[in-house]
Amino acid sequence: MESGDQIPELRVTPDKYLPHRYAGASGDFNPIHIDPEFAKAVGLPGNILHGLYSMAQVARAHTEAAGDPRSLRRLSVQFRGMGAPEQEIVVTATVKEADDGRVVTETKAAQGDNRIIRNAEAELAV
Amino acid sequence: MAVNTEAVGKEWPAATYQASRAKIAEYANVIGAENPVHFDKDAALAAGFREVVAPPMFCVVYSAPAMGPAILDPEVGMNFAAMVHGSQEFEWGEPVCSGDEITTTPRCLEIYEKDGKGFYVFESTSVNQDGEQVVRGTWTNIVRGV
Repeated sequence: MESGDQIPELRVTPDKYLPHRYAGASGDFNPIHIDPEFAKAVGLPGNILHGLYSMAQVARAHTEAAGDPRSLRRLSVQFRGMGAPEQEIVVTATVKEADDGRVVTETKAAQGDNRIIRNAEAELAV
Repeated sequence: MAVNTEAVGKEWPAATYQASRAKIAEYANVIGAENPVHFDKDAALAAGFREVVAPPMFCVVYSAPAMGPAILDPEVGMNFAAMVHGSQEFEWGEPVCSGDEITTTPRCLEIYEKDGKGFYVFESTSVNQDGEQVVRGTWTNIVRGV
């Protein structure tokens, strides 16, 4: 990987009940993620994805590109637009530094025009 | 109104989590990680791991029991109705495998106000049963209208 290269794009569409399964797997049962009526009552359009689920997709795009879960050394993200179930997430990343087996990317996750993770940076050992 | 910064530097009790094959597989399935090293011991051993290995972001699972009390502490005093998870950073060390006992210690790193919002930054440090660091996390929650 060299500066300017793209890592393979990751596309995934979380189904309607993904937030419920993620709640069970992670232990985060905040009702804004699993109860559409509660979410609407607090001013959201509906139940929203867990930000850390979306972050896990950014992590996965990188570990799959490198082929090894050990390769991901660091990931920092900002959560901005809220993610929704049943909409495709696209993770993209561009290499901005590459030297001595260390690769740093600038990465983001979006659903259409809604960038749900931005200003993110990943560091890989390759 | 200024944010209350009294909790800066506060540490909360460490919490220990034992990683299991079942939880690692459940988590890997939900996030769509299909690498057999997360499900199959032989595949994990062949790849040089001690046991079935967790995806890196499994750190949120083993950190959660320690982070809950820190984030909910009335001394920190976040208004949850106006709170969002603003940003997150993880820096990984040793991989976490099934059977590992991971101990996480939370600490309040900083609390500050910017543009009418309160920023509450926590750090978590997680080590395995051999004292090796497995992850360091920086968790930033933003509270509107402080």
